[in-house]
Amino acid sequence: MYEGVVQSLIDELGRLPGVGPKSAQRIAFHILAADADDVHRLATALNEVKEKVRFCVACGNVAEAEQCQICRDPRRDQSILCVVEEPKDVVAIERTREFRGRYHVLGGAISPIEGIGPDELRVKELMTRLADGSITELIIATDPNLEGEATATYLARLVKPMGLRVTRLASGLPVGGDLEYADEVTLGRAFEGRRQLDV
Amino acid sequence: MALYRDEGVVLRTQKLGEADRIVTLLTRANGRVRAVAKGVRRTSSRFGARLEPFMHVDVQFAAGRSLDIVTQVETLTPFGTMICSDYASYTAGTAILETTERLSAEEREPAVQQYQLLVGALRALSGRIHDSGLVLDAYLLRGLAIAGFAPNFTDCARCSTAGPHRLFSVQAGGMVCGGCRPPGSVAPHSGTVALLGALLAGEWEIADASDARSRREASGITAAFLQWHLERGLRSLPLVERVYRERNVIDDERQERHDVEAV
Repeated sequence: MYEGVVQSLIDELGRLPGVGPKSAQRIAFHILAADADDVHRLATALNEVKEKVRFCVACGNVAEAEQCQICRDPRRDQSILCVVEEPKDVVAIERTREFRGRYHVLGGAISPIEGIGPDELRVKELMTRLADGSITELIIATDPNLEGEATATYLARLVKPMGLRVTRLASGLPVGGDLEYADEVTLGRAFEGRRQLDV
Repeated sequence: MALYRDEGVVLRTQKLGEADRIVTLLTRANGRVRAVAKGVRRTSSRFGARLEPFMHVDVQFAAGRSLDIVTQVETLTPFGTMICSDYASYTAGTAILETTERLSAEEREPAVQQYQLLVGALRALSGRIHDSGLVLDAYLLRGLAIAGFAPNFTDCARCSTAGPHRLFSVQAGGMVCGGCRPPGSVAPHSGTVALLGALLAGEWEIADASDARSRREASGITAAFLQWHLERGLRSLPLVERVYRERNVIDDERQERHDVEAV
């Protein structure tokens, strides 16, 4: 046990995900030894993130205004909507520079075993956005795991009567992997989604 | 590091650290096992989809101090793919997995009968031969029976007087005679009692031919019976997609049609 504020800092750092007591102690002593300006910048960033950042009223992504940058951008294709589980998935898709539509962040995936059903996600908000008729394609980009697949199945069934084009991100073999190590489900998906080579 | 191999069904996964997961499996020889699957969340993981819930796998573990480590996995039956393509089957399946985990309270305690029942239930669910709600109720009743809480749908659960009887009591553990009826007993429809008996015995001709009213009432009684023995409800059960919800069935029935025998 250390005295007062040092122990408080270690305790607080130890509450962060993936930070154990030893790591918390190491980070605390790093902060103690660091330049005062660096520590002040870190403290300011921590304060600001809680004060300024909120969730976009339209899509549920993290934003510093009422709407996020993507929803405010008029150059974005208003007719395509991509549904993702978390704000970090928006960042992952944005890095590809392949998608120019807008997003809808569900806030997770349907997981009955964790007590998360459609009512706990932003499904109602999605249906409200789709109701105005301006969106013609819905891309479901939930995680390619079982919960993500079940969420995609649920959404597709819900949206089908609205007459939209509903698509799901392709899944298959990862670039850089060996075919012999591919599991049956992934390999099966890769066969289902095979495409013609135009040479 | 000691290696051992077993076959099992993935019940649950939890995220661990940057790219790992803790995977809970019900195995044939070693009962419930919790093990770490390293790097499984990376898209380039050699485990791929093999360690997703519902997957029936042949798996090799390295024994660890607190948690074992998954070293190799081969798919035996990819139940997950077939189950999650139908939302009703998916929700019923998750209730089955959660019940299995709750019924196998002790880690590493062999539970061969529970394992065989689980594989059978997932096979029925993925094959879509029967209604997913019926498969779930059959699994719940039979799983409880294996765990030592077998309901009695013929003779009186208290005094063993030969049936048929008209009243059902969750606390008593099945049908009760007029002399033994405890407070809160309900009088289910005769078709419901026949359906419950058929689900417990695996008589699918009777179960498949049952009407919607009997199914609704049977699922309510099954849920109440399960909750009584597990002491706290399942998280997934209220989210199971049926035409009706189990939670309210007994209360609804009380208002609508049946006599509640308050003694």
